[in-house]
Amino acid sequence: MERTAAVEMINITKRFGQVLANDHVNLEIRKGEILSLLGENGSGKTTLMNMLSGIYFPDEGEIRVNGQKVTISSPHDAFDCGIGMIHQHFKLVDVFTAAENVTLGTKDDKLDLKAVSSKIRDICDRYGFVIDPAKKVYDMSVSEKQTVEIIKVLYRGADILILDEPTAVLTPQETDRLFGVMRNMKKDGKSMIIITHKLHEVMDVSDRVAVLRKGRYIMDVATKDTNPAQLTEMMVGKAVTLNIERPKFENPVPRLEVKNLTALDPLGVKRLDGVSFTAYGGEILGIAGIAGSGQKELLEAIAGLQPVEPGGSILYYPGGGKTKELVGLTPMQIRRAGVGLAFVPEDRLGMGLVGEMGMTGNMLLRSYSKGRGIVADRKGPRLLAERVREELEVMTPSIDFPVRALSGGNVQKVLVGREIAQSPMVLMTAYAVRGLDINTSYAIYDLLNRQKMQGVAVVYVGEDLDVLLELSDRIVVLCGGQVSGVVDAAKTTKEEVGLLMTKFRKEG
Amino acid sequence: MLSIVQISQLLQSAIVFGTVIMFGALGEILTQKSGNLNLGVPGIMYLGGIAGLATAYGYEHLAKTPNGFVSLLISFTAAFIASALGGLLYSFLTITLRANQNVTGLTLTIFGSGLANFFGGILNTMAGGVGQISVRTTSQAYRTAVAHFVQVGHVGEIFFSYGFMAYLAIILAIVLYVFLFRTRAGLNLRSIGENPGTADAAGINVIRNKYIATCVGAGISGLGGLYYTMDYIKGTWTTDSTIESLGWLAVALVIFATWKPLNAIWGAYLFGLLYWIYLYIPGLTRSSQELFKMLPYIVTIIVLLLVSIRKKKEDQPPASLGLAYFREER
Repeated sequence: MERTAAVEMINITKRFGQVLANDHVNLEIRKGEILSLLGENGSGKTTLMNMLSGIYFPDEGEIRVNGQKVTISSPHDAFDCGIGMIHQHFKLVDVFTAAENVTLGTKDDKLDLKAVSSKIRDICDRYGFVIDPAKKVYDMSVSEKQTVEIIKVLYRGADILILDEPTAVLTPQETDRLFGVMRNMKKDGKSMIIITHKLHEVMDVSDRVAVLRKGRYIMDVATKDTNPAQLTEMMVGKAVTLNIERPKFENPVPRLEVKNLTALDPLGVKRLDGVSFTAYGGEILGIAGIAGSGQKELLEAIAGLQPVEPGGSILYYPGGGKTKELVGLTPMQIRRAGVGLAFVPEDRLGMGLVGEMGMTGNMLLRSYSKGRGIVADRKGPRLLAERVREELEVMTPSIDFPVRALSGGNVQKVLVGREIAQSPMVLMTAYAVRGLDINTSYAIYDLLNRQKMQGVAVVYVGEDLDVLLELSDRIVVLCGGQVSGVVDAAKTTKEEVGLLMTKFRKEG
Repeated sequence: MLSIVQISQLLQSAIVFGTVIMFGALGEILTQKSGNLNLGVPGIMYLGGIAGLATAYGYEHLAKTPNGFVSLLISFTAAFIASALGGLLYSFLTITLRANQNVTGLTLTIFGSGLANFFGGILNTMAGGVGQISVRTTSQAYRTAVAHFVQVGHVGEIFFSYGFMAYLAIILAIVLYVFLFRTRAGLNLRSIGENPGTADAAGINVIRNKYIATCVGAGISGLGGLYYTMDYIKGTWTTDSTIESLGWLAVALVIFATWKPLNAIWGAYLFGLLYWIYLYIPGLTRSSQELFKMLPYIVTIIVLLLVSIRKKKEDQPPASLGLAYFREER
């Protein structure tokens, strides 16, 4: 039986200046199905979905909901059509409670938070969520925030839900719970579009897959009739091997020995609690943990950005039997010693790059002290920018084009490329592939592997356990600022790491 | 030690002083809750003051037997409208044209004070004589104390010896509190100040709400200027910069009150008390008086420090305060 279409997007075109984000795209979402929207970064998935949810307005083409032609020129129109989007960056007000966020912008006459809360509980019971309506958003975990987002959309009676990379920030257990909820919603007759880069999730949860490439619609296929390799080929336009390599480096030597590291945040809460481990040259040391388990503090402590409590020690072995204590040194001294940090914060532009500057200017940020007298050397950074652009295939109109206007993946390439170019002995990366598409992610894995084979100790903080397991040699699992286990990545399982990640957490 | 009479006097002058800045601060709280940091409060208070004075002067001259109540209505309306227009100008520049909010606000302060002193000067010249205009009838209407209707004793004077605007300010603070924290429209407005992208995605009209909040906020702030000319200096005009310094105190009060209208009530009176306390401290010279007039600012800085040390989310400024909003920005 052919199911009827909930939404049809016909010949949709959208331009941003000279960039063609969507080029005559046709997409159909049927009632009661989960559709995966696949595509690399910059292929126009999010733009397309933003036109359904009223954030952007299409330049050409028409949208039909339940067979009726509609004009969606604002998020409000989208709600009226029963379309709700769960954005990748949560659209929640931090100082409001869950209930206040849910009721925001709805047309109920009175502000009756009790009624809102009881309706939220009904929705929770129906689909299997757990949330406290009176909890403030700033006290919530990422997964709870996402729950609020989904409830927000359901509260407005949406039948068509768009989820933009919902699993990017979840643990495996949380992802399973989300998929459970999605299946419940499907049973209830809701249609869902999920954008994700993780192919095994596509295979797991969706009924049908639609693929976009460079703004164009390629094709759609029933999930049961396809496989990850085929999907990748459709996405990238050529065959790509999906196995992450883990080359073996002979005779790894210790490079960095962290002993009993404890760090407090400004409120005096322990963020790191007696952390000890050793990173070897020629190995990729994975760091796993739920977001906020101390990963950021650990990397910042090593880089000299985070003060540590007395008693902790970070020993660095530059080779030749020498040792150097890094605790107490300035970030500049640590960097000079050969410890590089390619930290990709949640806000990529916040800590690593200056958005208004071009690639050259951002390369200059690492070498501004070189050059003669007060005149900075501009030629070196320019050459480096050209090299990074070429080697990492950064898509930019010019190396002097402001990096904030580049897509997320390209911004990340600039950042990682710059750090690797310093040829550090210890390279630390955090979320180096967050939000990147398959092709770019593999380019980054490849870069890290090359560094490893040159004898660099690579510390890789990641979110995707599948990748951590495949890429790393060993994995240090953090839980609440403590090391809850160090495992051999080749021998462990996702479940084991997942359990270690929540080892010390109180249930509740 | 201060006598009962002295304490009563101090409290009364503190309340009158506090009322001026309370209006300014309440309007600015409304404005800032929408995410607009309008540093034009002093200029807007100037606009309100001069508009009220000029219309009252015009009416008292044209009417054969000026009626105080009519004059009050006219000048009150004119002051509100003139100030709201100042807010409209600010809104157009910062919301529609997305000009820098700080620069626009400061410019508005300079504009308002220039414009008001220009017309104030003209009015003083037109008045002839000693070169000092006076709208006695209107000012009288503003200053008619509630105490006239209620029989009160010495202590009662502290509560009932003011014109209606002193009470209006308190009522306004309560109304503003209920609006912001108990109504849907208030929730929507606060969400815009915190996170306009979220508000927009929730289907709230960000632009319209910002415009309305900023214009009405400016109108309320301007009433502070009106109260100053009509009540505080009894319906006259002096070309000094008192209104401006009061305007800055109003901005400081917004921070002191941690963006909560009810805190602005006692905060305003506390500022008034701190400002006037020097009159009752013996042995001060003209220059050491000025040190005491700094007290409200010092207290504001202390509050800022305490707030930032305590890190309570509810006491922080609206998260997107001072930032322009543009939907299609990538």
